[in-house]
Amino acid sequence: MTTEVYESVLHPQSLVAELKKNNVSHVVWLPDSETNFLYNMMMEEPTLDLIPVCREGETMAVAAGLWVGGANPVVLIQNTGVFEAGDSIRGLCLDLNQPLVMLVGYRGWTRRGPTPDSAGRFIEHILHAWGINYYLVETDDDADRISIAFDESVRLNRPVAVLIGTEFGV
Amino acid sequence: MINNTDAVRVIDSNREDAVVVPTMNAGNHRFGLPSVTTNQNLDLPISGAMGKASNVGLGIALAQPGRKVFVLDGDGSLLMNLGALVTTSTKAPKNFYHFLFNNGVYAVTGGQPIPGSEGVTNWEEVARGAGYAAVFSFDNLEDFTTGISDALAAEGPVFIHLAVEPEIENTPVQFRTRASRTAQQAYQEVTAALAGDN
Repeated sequence: MTTEVYESVLHPQSLVAELKKNNVSHVVWLPDSETNFLYNMMMEEPTLDLIPVCREGETMAVAAGLWVGGANPVVLIQNTGVFEAGDSIRGLCLDLNQPLVMLVGYRGWTRRGPTPDSAGRFIEHILHAWGINYYLVETDDDADRISIAFDESVRLNRPVAVLIGTEFGV
Repeated sequence: MINNTDAVRVIDSNREDAVVVPTMNAGNHRFGLPSVTTNQNLDLPISGAMGKASNVGLGIALAQPGRKVFVLDGDGSLLMNLGALVTTSTKAPKNFYHFLFNNGVYAVTGGQPIPGSEGVTNWEEVARGAGYAAVFSFDNLEDFTTGISDALAAEGPVFIHLAVEPEIENTPVQFRTRASRTAQQAYQEVTAALAGDN
């Protein structure tokens, strides 16, 4: 009898593959520790144009402009950045019915034991308050939920969040 | 100082097929771009986003590199999102023209002075230091009318500082006359207009 080892890791390749599958043109982003390993892979991917910003609220506005111009952007920020970007999410994404997938590093996420980080405790409540649906991605097996988020955001003309719940494997 | 309506009229008359993204005084439907525009289908007024008009304009400029994009920003708006200058200069779109309507006050909240407005802040130096490719400044209508063509001939990102007279509003937002064209309509119309060109 052999034992199959289940590798519960999320590799950056899985995320990049999802972005390519959904014809993403631009990644508007500000670095965070949850998505650190993704950076080098995105830099090497010729189909993705990275747009670094100085503060997370800018991501929603740059993405809105890209969308108006016919591009297909995503934003990539940490959950703390979602808190910072609040008025841009309200005034642009929600008020303008903008389809947008927000990839969000889930700082503070824990599956077991206490959750001491308030960034982890508050994010889902904030998304609920704004009526923004979200999907949790923790391993490679979850990565196809990103495509579900894309379909939903376009179908409903709304932002949809993907919470990246683990540090990446390399 | 340049009258606000005169400023947007000069800009509009030089737009050709540019997308124009105005905010605050420059986007007001009574005395801003909507009151003089000759191509509403390519006007995208932005409000309620804490100084993000330039970011929206940057996104359009990157998605539409063959078309000029004009952002008509406010000084208070830009202060709320000053990092946007560096975000813009990092991507350095050659088709990006950033007009700053410097009226020295928060005109839509009653005319309170903005930080730095008492001769403290030098906007041209701020833009230059942030990495804009070219910087122009005008403080009277005659110079602006004749000089705008030089600014628009320069390779972006270009920063055009305008000293303008404030149009002060002191009515609570819920009691103001609203523009007939909503932000959502504008968003849809500009998206459709640009899609038609693709």
